[in-house]
Amino acid sequence: MKKADTLGDELRRQGISRRTFLKFCAAMATSMALPASMAPVMADALAATRRQSVIWLSFQECTGCTESILRSYAPSIESLIFDFISLDYHHTLQAAAGRAAEDARDQAMQENWGKYLVIVDGSIPLKDGGIYSTIDGHTNLETLETVAAGAAALISVGTCAAYGGLPMARPNPTGAVGVDEIIKDKPVINLPGCPPIPEVMTGTIASFLTFGRLPEMDRLGRPVAFFGDTIHDRCYRRPLYERGKFARGFDDEGARKGWCLYALGCKGPITYNACATIKWNQGQSFPIQSGHGCLGCSEPRFWDKDSFYKPLSATHWGNAAGLAAAAAAGAAVGAGVAVLSRRHQDTIAKGE
Amino acid sequence: MSVTLLDFARGPAMQWALIIFVFGMVWRLVGVWGLRHKADHSQPRVTQGVWKRGLRAVFVRVLPYPEFAPKVQGQYWISYVFHLGFFIVLLFFVPHILFFEDILGFGWPGLPNNVIFFVGGITVAALMVALIKRILNPVTRMMSNFDDYFAWFVTIAPVVTGLLVNANLIPNYELMLAIHILSFQLLLIYLPFGKLMHGFWLMVSRWTTAVRFARRGGLS
Ligand code: SF4
Repeated sequence: MKKADTLGDELRRQGISRRTFLKFCAAMATSMALPASMAPVMADALAATRRQSVIWLSFQECTGCTESILRSYAPSIESLIFDFISLDYHHTLQAAAGRAAEDARDQAMQENWGKYLVIVDGSIPLKDGGIYSTIDGHTNLETLETVAAGAAALISVGTCAAYGGLPMARPNPTGAVGVDEIIKDKPVINLPGCPPIPEVMTGTIASFLTFGRLPEMDRLGRPVAFFGDTIHDRCYRRPLYERGKFARGFDDEGARKGWCLYALGCKGPITYNACATIKWNQGQSFPIQSGHGCLGCSEPRFWDKDSFYKPLSATHWGNAAGLAAAAAAGAAVGAGVAVLSRRHQDTIAKGE
Repeated sequence: MSVTLLDFARGPAMQWALIIFVFGMVWRLVGVWGLRHKADHSQPRVTQGVWKRGLRAVFVRVLPYPEFAPKVQGQYWISYVFHLGFFIVLLFFVPHILFFEDILGFGWPGLPNNVIFFVGGITVAALMVALIKRILNPVTRMMSNFDDYFAWFVTIAPVVTGLLVNANLIPNYELMLAIHILSFQLLLIYLPFGKLMHGFWLMVSRWTTAVRFARRGGLS
């Protein structure tokens, strides 16, 4: 396919009207919490953008993130943007294989040194010299450092690349870490989620193309526009939470009536993500809507935190044996103190 | 990625708080009950059914002495309000019930959140009034020591932090939740070792005093 020079050319070639494109930009602006007046600015900036070279690095991952981004709804304007960006290296999606693939990456790096965007999915193993995941004879750490050196910015896609994710789960056999634990001298943005919402990924890329920099981030390096609120804050079941209507089983009356899933372990109150607003599969649904509590998959260490089915307010309080031991120790100390006190009384009584 | 404060509060902090609470409670209860009763050398005026006097005191002292009522009933009401409020919030907020259910293995019906927040607000107000009264009255002010003020603090802290968690005033919800849980643990840890033990001694001391007085032909 012939690639146009600017996104504007590409859009015209594909017969997309400016009106449609503006609508897309307005939606994008809204989802990123930008004022509506930004939509035309965004449209102009995007239309004039040249093809952005993107190098996608896959490390310790399951390809779920790629699967997710491919499901940004088709034929969507987001996918157009994907036609537009030049995805110069992506194991799963590129036609080339082996040496040819690696050469394509080297070439893209040389031609766009300092300007290309690096997208990473998967964590990076550091233990034992990083031998647990290698590509073309290089450890993931080597590849990441080499490629990041010429990057304009990096996008960590998925909880693995952002925070270590599943490979980092106890006992973390490969010493897995996220990208920002390694790359400190380049802008890195985290788009966690297992997987992340497709529109969060395309939206962040669009934002980078529009403004030439990464959007505003929170303390965990996530774009505030998409991760500013908790699931609980935006959940349509929230009124039922407030009214104290809780499903207590996955097939009880409460579950059938669509009550709040807090008692079934929903982690919505401590999970920052856009599932409750953007939703999945073309805005079709999201886990809570289909009757399962939020797992908190976009939070660091979500895998190790808890049972997915334990209510947030239930704690790891230990066990009855521990408390019984504490009671026994308390009884021993109490009895000892009482005996001492009685002796003391006797001593006083004897007038000694 | 390090362990967050919430993980700490829900994990090790909760374990230790409960262990210290149980240890402290049993220590205090066994320790005090193991003490020798003071010998009463007087001739017993009443020999039979002194226990009835004890039981009577437990219930009659729920209200102030009629003669003192005009002076102290304000204090009584405020205390009732914050005690009841505290227990309603503690025992009938559904997430709290889930906490107990996890430990005890059984739960009970809860109240809607807005009722809980309303009661919580009243509880905080009553506790504030109680503190102000304590400070303004020269007698109670002189009688008060660190224990009184700290007991007040560890009581009000979980209620205030709990309200803040749900008010969503602080953008970092999980941090506020962690502080709320930690404040409750402070209460648990302090309870056996300070004046908050009155929760366990109150009825016992009413009973004991009444029985002792009855033996001498008096009323408590
Ligand atoms: S289902 Fe989960 S996110 Fe929704 S209101 Fe209940 S606890 Fe909050």
